[in-house]
Amino acid sequence: MSGRVLVGVKRVIDYAVKIRVKPDNSGVVTDGVKHSMNPFCEIAVEEAVKLKEKKLIKEVVAVSCGPQQSQETIRTALAMGADRGIHVEVSGKDYETLGPLQVSKILAALAKKEDAQLIILGKQAIDDDCNQTGQMTAALLDWPQGTFASEVSMDGAQVKVVREIDGGLETIKINTPAVLTADLRLNTPRYATLPNIMKAKKKKIANVKPADLGVDLTSRLEVLRVDEPPQRQAGMKVETVEDLVEKLRDTGMV
Amino acid sequence: MFFVMTPSRRLLSLRRSLVHCRGVSVENTGRKAAVDRVLSAFRSICGEDGVSLGEAIREQHGKDESVHRCRPPDVVVFPHCVEEVSALAKVCHDNNLPIIPFGTGTGLEGGVGAVKGGVCFSLRNMEQILDLHPEDFDVTVEPGVTRKALNSHLRDTGLWFPVDPGADASLCGMAATSASGTNAVRYGTMRENVMNLEVVLSDGTVIHTAGKGRRPRKTSAGYNLTNLFVGSEGTLGIITKTTLRLYGIPEAMVSAVCSFPSVQAAVDSTVQILQAGIPIARIEFLDDVMIDACNKFSSLSYPVAPTLFLEFHGSERSLEEQVTMAEEITQSNGGSDFQWARDTETRNRLWKARHDAWYAAQALRPGSKAYSTDVCVPLSRLPQIIVETKKDLLESRLTGPIAGHVGDGNFHCLMVVDPDDLDEQHRVHLFAERLARRALALDGTCTGEHGVGLGKRALLCEEVGPLAIQVMQGLKDSLDPKNLMNPGKILLNGGF
Repeated sequence: MSGRVLVGVKRVIDYAVKIRVKPDNSGVVTDGVKHSMNPFCEIAVEEAVKLKEKKLIKEVVAVSCGPQQSQETIRTALAMGADRGIHVEVSGKDYETLGPLQVSKILAALAKKEDAQLIILGKQAIDDDCNQTGQMTAALLDWPQGTFASEVSMDGAQVKVVREIDGGLETIKINTPAVLTADLRLNTPRYATLPNIMKAKKKKIANVKPADLGVDLTSRLEVLRVDEPPQRQAGMKVETVEDLVEKLRDTGMV
Repeated sequence: MFFVMTPSRRLLSLRRSLVHCRGVSVENTGRKAAVDRVLSAFRSICGEDGVSLGEAIREQHGKDESVHRCRPPDVVVFPHCVEEVSALAKVCHDNNLPIIPFGTGTGLEGGVGAVKGGVCFSLRNMEQILDLHPEDFDVTVEPGVTRKALNSHLRDTGLWFPVDPGADASLCGMAATSASGTNAVRYGTMRENVMNLEVVLSDGTVIHTAGKGRRPRKTSAGYNLTNLFVGSEGTLGIITKTTLRLYGIPEAMVSAVCSFPSVQAAVDSTVQILQAGIPIARIEFLDDVMIDACNKFSSLSYPVAPTLFLEFHGSERSLEEQVTMAEEITQSNGGSDFQWARDTETRNRLWKARHDAWYAAQALRPGSKAYSTDVCVPLSRLPQIIVETKKDLLESRLTGPIAGHVGDGNFHCLMVVDPDDLDEQHRVHLFAERLARRALALDGTCTGEHGVGLGKRALLCEEVGPLAIQVMQGLKDSLDPKNLMNPGKILLNGGF
């Protein structure tokens, strides 16, 4: 077993930012807006680094698909303890239409190239909420998947995953190589500290183009329009219960 | 000679109070007319939805997290930038309307109560984090930025702002009250960590206390205006920007807990840990009553005895050294049950008791309200004052578990009172005054971190003396001759 783990990290608009829709409704405003690593990707990186600290795996490789700025996100992963990075360059129109299908093709190709034992991703990104990349990657590779992981433990060549599901928790055992996606309660990601940020500057980030991996970036989806949710309307005060019932009847709610 | 209420004296005092009431009501009518006049000016400065007369909004902006009752302003304005703040202040100044700056309303001394009515400047719309310089360890923020929001923004830079007063307070508000927190023993309070301020004075003038955009790590240029405004609690100007000193996020943290046979043993350990040069980050004291409350509230089983909670920051290797030395020191003072933890989850569990202290105290008497005292004395006086205070609590039949930032000589009695028992509330008030005077007698201060606000103005006079008060009043008169900036706080003026 190579002992190598691939971790996908996505650069998204920071969770604390108030999102604004562009005036032409073609998307959201991203210029000049603070971006950071997707919170679920942080949890994925943390889990991979923890596995390495327990000496259960040998190398953590952080991967990001996007424009030049994605390298910052990879650097954060390196500061958290990843060993090296791979930046898959996607920019311009290709980047605007980049979605889970293309990313999973890229990750599948990289997993084969790097002889990865595990792929750990966040369960979903906070900008598109797709929750598809992990599952698609596993399907393309024909690997088992442990999604919504809230607990991960290695057992020889197998992985025990406790999954968060609607009814509670489900525990499964899957063979490696496998794809895992991290849920909220898997761990608490560490902060990047100054000494580690300095060390990360010396770690290598390789540059790769999707074409080199034989991946076609054409999107099968077209975004027609983006709108804000409707503004909350003012409420009204009524004097009596009878008035309330009348109003509810008038508006057809009762 | 005793004061006897004769019939003629009673009539005189009644007439005097009637005149006073009429005077106040004339003042009120005059103020209401002024407010009506300025509403359109306010609206043209910060927009229709930037001005609120709604009762619920005014009440929300007339109180904080203290026991002082709500004193709502006449109107609340929501400026978006310093230019709007300046224009609004000018209007207030021209119409003699009091100005009360409002951050997050998490203060503990009634600082936002509009005792003379007026205009509350709610600064929450000014929430930009400007000018972050990670290489220089500084950042400038507006008043709507809270401590947690800043630290979340900084998380990828490896930096943080460590002053932690507990609440998720506005950083400019923390500057205004000279806030401190559990980390002060290592990282200092706001006084040490504010490098520059942008302040709007009562007449709308905008100044930069250290010069616009300046952020050298040290300076000897002129009067220290920055620290004049730090702790001024809105009585000298409205803080619209603060430049803060940042620190590197610690590489690793270790938390520890230890019980002691006596308060003296716990405090001796604290002093020795500091004297050994251990750069301890947090050292918190909980007395036996507090630990008992925490055990009950959080289902823990700490020994019911004076306890220290310690936190160490540093590299992995330095932590080992720090913890070993600290353990030896506590053992030599009769400390027992020394537990420590390195990983986040166990550390949080160890410290849960300390974090839940406020709620654990209130849970001792369901339905009660809590009030926190805040004295601070030189370290060597701490055992004496805590022992005397616990004796006073017993004699006054009051519930007051003690939690303290023992590394600074600062402790809080979390007084738990029945809101309907006026006698008990009176006893608490007298107890708090005795405690403050006890601290003053031991070379300390009546307020280590919460500020003077409404309730400690008389104690401030006792603490600094009449001559220093005169100087303070002189500064106030010079910067705010009309006494419009947050009247009734810090200084006893205007008959309040």
